[in-house]
Amino acid sequence: MCLALPVRVEQILSGERAVVDIGGVRKEISLALVDGIELGDYVILHVGYALARLDPEEAQRTLDLFAALEQEAPS
Amino acid sequence: MKYVDEFRDGALARTIAANIFRAARPDREYRFMEFCGGHTHAIFRYGVTGLLPVRVRMIHGPGCPVCVLPIGRIDLAIGLALERDVLLCSYGDMLRVPASGGRSLLQAKARGADVRMVYSVADALGLARRHPDRQVVFFAIGFETTTPPTAVAVLQAAAEQLGNFSVLCNHVLTPAAMHAILSQPGGAAIDGFVGPAHVSTVIGSAPYEPFPRDYGKPVVIAGFEPLDVMQAILLLLRQVNEGRAEVENEFVRAVTRHGNRKAQALMENVFELRPDFEWRGLGTLPNSALRLRPRYAAFDAEARFGLEARPVADHKACECAAILRGVKRPQDCKIFGSACTPDNPVGSCMVSSEGACAAHYSYGRFADREAATA
Ligand code: SF4
Repeated sequence: MCLALPVRVEQILSGERAVVDIGGVRKEISLALVDGIELGDYVILHVGYALARLDPEEAQRTLDLFAALEQEAPS
Repeated sequence: MKYVDEFRDGALARTIAANIFRAARPDREYRFMEFCGGHTHAIFRYGVTGLLPVRVRMIHGPGCPVCVLPIGRIDLAIGLALERDVLLCSYGDMLRVPASGGRSLLQAKARGADVRMVYSVADALGLARRHPDRQVVFFAIGFETTTPPTAVAVLQAAAEQLGNFSVLCNHVLTPAAMHAILSQPGGAAIDGFVGPAHVSTVIGSAPYEPFPRDYGKPVVIAGFEPLDVMQAILLLLRQVNEGRAEVENEFVRAVTRHGNRKAQALMENVFELRPDFEWRGLGTLPNSALRLRPRYAAFDAEARFGLEARPVADHKACECAAILRGVKRPQDCKIFGSACTPDNPVGSCMVSSEGACAAHYSYGRFADREAATA
C-alpha cells in the first residue's frame, strides 16, 4: 500500500484538486499537501494525494550518475 | 511511464551491478537493511538480489504498515465492525490480516459487517457524507506517507462538522522503528540502511541524522525503482569501505533535507505523540506512534467508542516478529509456503505485497531453489 507513482498534472481544478495522467488513465487527485503545483508538473501520487513535486533536473542528474559511474576507476 | 521506465533500464542496471561487484570487497560480508516494504517488493520483483554479489546481503526491515500492526489493534476494528454496527473502511491489504482466532475484517464482512475497502481516506469521508445515518470509521494505518492525508481528512471533517466520521488511528513513525532496530540487545547485525523513499519526501532527510552519529550506521535514502535501490547499495558499500557513516540522498528528485513542511504542519496540527505503542515484532516502543489531539477528540474513534487495545500473541508458528526485526528470513518459518500462503495467510508478513513473506513467496522461492541446487 506504500506504492506511489510519479504522475503528470494535466489540469488544475478548484478546491486544491487536479486531474493527473497515470499511464494513459486520467484521475482526480488532491493537491492539499503541496503548494505551487503547476500544469505539466510531475508529482508523487500516494493514496489519492500528491506528496511531493518531482524535480526533473535532479531526476536527470541521478540518471547521469547511474551511467557516468561506468568510467570511474575502482576505488 | 516517465520517471519510472528510465529507472528500470536494464543496461544501466548492469552498469551499476558492475560497480557494485567492484566495490564489494571479497574478504568481507555486507548486510544492509532495506527499511521499507516498497523496497523489499522492488528488490524481489526486479530480481535485484540476483544482480548482487553473494557477499552483499539484503535484510528486510519493518517498514510495512500492514505487517507491523499488532493483532490487538486489528481486533479493535473487527469489534467495531461486528458489534458496534459501524461502517468500517480501510486500505485493501488491511482487511485480510488474520487477528484473534484467525478472524479478519474480510471474514467480518462475510458475516454481515459493513466493511469497505477504500483507495483513499477521501473516499471514507465521501462515505460519511453519503450515509449521515451511519457511523463511518476509517481504520487509519501507515507511516508518514499516509498520515498527512488522514490529517487533511480530519480537518475537513471538522470544517464540515461531519459528526458521523471518526478515525481509528494507527499511524506510526519511521525513525522510532529504525531506532528500535539499532538498539536491539546485542546490536543490529547490519552495516547500514537503505532509507525510505516516500516517507522521506514528507519528513526529509534530517530525521535520519542521529543514526550515523549515534550508532555509526550509514543511511542512504533511495527511490522505489530498482536502479534507485542498486545505486543506494553502491553508495552504502562505498561508505562502509571508506569507514564513513553519513546520511546520503539518492532520491534527490523528490526528497530534500527538510521535507514537505506543509504536510508536516498539517500532521502537527492534528496529531500528537502517543506515550507508547505496541508494534508487531518490535514490542512496545515509546513515542513511536500518533493519536489525534484532544481538540479533535470528536473524530477519534478510540474516544468515541471507548476502545482500548489488548495485547494478543501471534500464531505460535509465525516468525513475523523475528522477520520484522531482521533476525530471521521468511524461509526460516516452518509453515512458509505450506500452511501460510498469500491466499491463506497466517501472519501479517504474508498479506501485503510489501510484506517480506509475500514478496518472497511471489518472486523469491524459485531463485532460492536454483541457488540450493546450483
Ligand atoms: S510465512 Fe506466514 S506464518 Fe511464517 S512468518 Fe511469514 S507470515 Fe508468519
